[in-house]
Amino acid sequence: MIVVSSNSNFDVSKIPRPNKSLKRNWTIGLLIAFAFLVYSARNTGFNFNTVADGLPDFFRLIRQMYPPKWATFPSLIEPFIETIQIAIVGTFIGAVIAIPVSLLAANTVNKNNKLYLVSKFIMNLIRTVPRILYAAVFVAAVGIGPFPGVIALIFFSLAIVAKLTSESLEAIDTGPIEAIETSGANKLEVILYSVVPQIAPSYISYSLYVFEVNIRTSTVLGLVGAGGIGQTLMTSLNLFMYQRAATIIVATFALVIIIDLVSTKLRERLI
Amino acid sequence: MRPESNVRKRDKFIRWSAFILSVIVLIWATLGVNINFGELIAGISSIVNIFGLMFPPDMSYLSNTLVRMMESVTIALLGTAIGSVLAVPVAFIAAQNLFASSFVSWLGRQILNAIRTFPSLILAVFFVASFGPGQLAGLLAVGIHSTGMLGKLYTDVIEDIDTGPISAMEASGANKLEVLWYAVFPQILPEFIATSIYRFEINMRASTVLGLVGAGGIGVILSQALNYRRWPVVGIALIVIVIGVTIVDYSSAYLRKKIV
Amino acid sequence: MSVLEYKNLSVTYPGGVEALKNVSFEIEKGEFIVVVGLSGAGKSTLLRATNRLVDATGGEVLFNNQDITKVNKRELRDIRSDIGMIFQSFNLIKRSSVFRNVMAGRASHLPTWRNLLGIYPEHDKDIVFNSLDRVNILEKAFARADELSGGQQQRVGIARALAQEPQVMLADEPVASLDPPTSHMVMKDLQNINRELGITVIVNLHFIDLAKEYGERIIGLNNGELVFDGPAEATDKETFEMIYGRSITAEEEIGRDSSVI
Repeated sequence: MIVVSSNSNFDVSKIPRPNKSLKRNWTIGLLIAFAFLVYSARNTGFNFNTVADGLPDFFRLIRQMYPPKWATFPSLIEPFIETIQIAIVGTFIGAVIAIPVSLLAANTVNKNNKLYLVSKFIMNLIRTVPRILYAAVFVAAVGIGPFPGVIALIFFSLAIVAKLTSESLEAIDTGPIEAIETSGANKLEVILYSVVPQIAPSYISYSLYVFEVNIRTSTVLGLVGAGGIGQTLMTSLNLFMYQRAATIIVATFALVIIIDLVSTKLRERLI
Repeated sequence: MRPESNVRKRDKFIRWSAFILSVIVLIWATLGVNINFGELIAGISSIVNIFGLMFPPDMSYLSNTLVRMMESVTIALLGTAIGSVLAVPVAFIAAQNLFASSFVSWLGRQILNAIRTFPSLILAVFFVASFGPGQLAGLLAVGIHSTGMLGKLYTDVIEDIDTGPISAMEASGANKLEVLWYAVFPQILPEFIATSIYRFEINMRASTVLGLVGAGGIGVILSQALNYRRWPVVGIALIVIVIGVTIVDYSSAYLRKKIV
Repeated sequence: MSVLEYKNLSVTYPGGVEALKNVSFEIEKGEFIVVVGLSGAGKSTLLRATNRLVDATGGEVLFNNQDITKVNKRELRDIRSDIGMIFQSFNLIKRSSVFRNVMAGRASHLPTWRNLLGIYPEHDKDIVFNSLDRVNILEKAFARADELSGGQQQRVGIARALAQEPQVMLADEPVASLDPPTSHMVMKDLQNINRELGITVIVNLHFIDLAKEYGERIIGLNNGELVFDGPAEATDKETFEMIYGRSITAEEEIGRDSSVI
């Protein structure tokens, strides 16, 4: 029962079709990517056999970690505290330095184009380097301990808070700025009276967010020697004290969850 | 006394106590970390010093560095691919709007949460211990970590889909497979791909670091150079990393815009 | 033989809401029926009970004398493939082409492997193009669905339902999101389908002037009960006020625009 056919005097080939070459380009690109994947899989030795070979060792490792040695928990409190302290100090100093940097990198505040571009460039540059690399370099430079960790976090916090704040600054209402500028105030007064009130809640929110991230980072920094619980973990693993390592991992998990909750609550009340 | 000023007073009190509390916490933290101002300045100046020692970078290591950088790219690429593939079934299980059983979806979410607790660096340490040093350990670490991260994001995508087209397909008499194919996949596939590309960006940064614990890539060069304090080599490695990561960032942003 | 028959149909939702109470009436092949009533009166529920997107909690729904409330999954799919549906929010697959959207309506008539591989016989492709031509949107066949205007998208929706070659077409508030001239165009398309192809059409509307203009038979629901069943000529403002249980507001008349055909 052909219910639908009407007078079919239309020419199907006249209907506009989408760009064929676009589809072809995508298909070619995908094929190349796939070929590259297969090639690199070969190269890295990623195939069923190698994975199957190592799996028993992996599971043996996991078994050695169970059950976690809860008794070691008290000895972990001090490194945990150090981790938190590293995060606090690093975030604070980084956030403070971020204030002038973010002002420089916002074209609504900084009218000097060259300076603006340079600041933006440096900010992006700092962000490109992975933070653990900073920690590793600083450890080699000033020795192991919490100090290089703090400095690595300073760089990281500075870069992120400055970027987020400068983006907010570029989106603020420029009306009040112009109003106060025309009233004859100097640059500093302009910033204080028209910019700061608008940006303060966002700035604090970004800083808290970075603090949250830094707690996580701080736990890992120790793996390269930058202090905190990460260093304790590395030592435990190196000494094959796997059950202690398991305790550390679980406790770290709990810590991160708690800090996440607290920080989210704080940020909610702010905004 | 007007009632408003009581509220204002309470607000002011909260703000002041929060401020003072923060200052106390800050001082406590600084003391704990054992940094006094003098040390801070000394440390910063030695770091600045070292940045100076990194340049001019040691160009003789350029080819070596590039090869290792490609290794890191490979690790990131394969790891992201593995994660993208593995995350799909887990995400379908964990999504609350597909399977009737809420226990099953709860279980799926917990598995994802468990995987996500481990930063890729720690996974790398374990995999190096199990599979030996090299790229294999690195890509497995990135792969497993990505499964967790992508799984959560994929689950969000699945839960956010528009159910209208699904109703329409069901109303026309299509079977379950056809409903999925016509109404669900076109919605989720571009999102999945865009999410994976963004993940690749992040994984790129992580892969450069994995070599520090022996899991292959440019981190291996860095690790040795740092050990022997050969700063010009560190310099060239950092430059290659910055350039590589930047290229990946821009390509990733471009591709993602094209897809969504 | 009537194509659809509702026998004491009742639908009570899990929360306790009685959306339909003991609704009974018959529909002959080829009728053009408009269902009117306030929001929440049960219009949408009635339509969705007809293709079992919503399950009846009491009574029967007979499609060509077969009780759809009792059939198994496969039989239900067969029945659904004979009933087309269009929706207020169009429910198109946004990123897919118009062609693919309409072909998706044909999916139930094709074996699954053809659907998955996208290999469609010429006969079915012809049906798709014919459906698009019938609603005058053939030239957009390969455009992406979300590039179209609201009125165009609804016409694609109609084409999709048409591609099923259905006996019955259900339209759940098809014009509620459209402006007046476009609404008239869509209603004319439905009228056209009904008159030229003999498809039975059931439309939910809350615009009473559209109901009077295009409906042949009006079904009025109030609070889940059938309160009016008669030819459109027999209705006037009082009829609708009785159906609604209150006086008519301006929102219930769509009016016309000068650009209408």
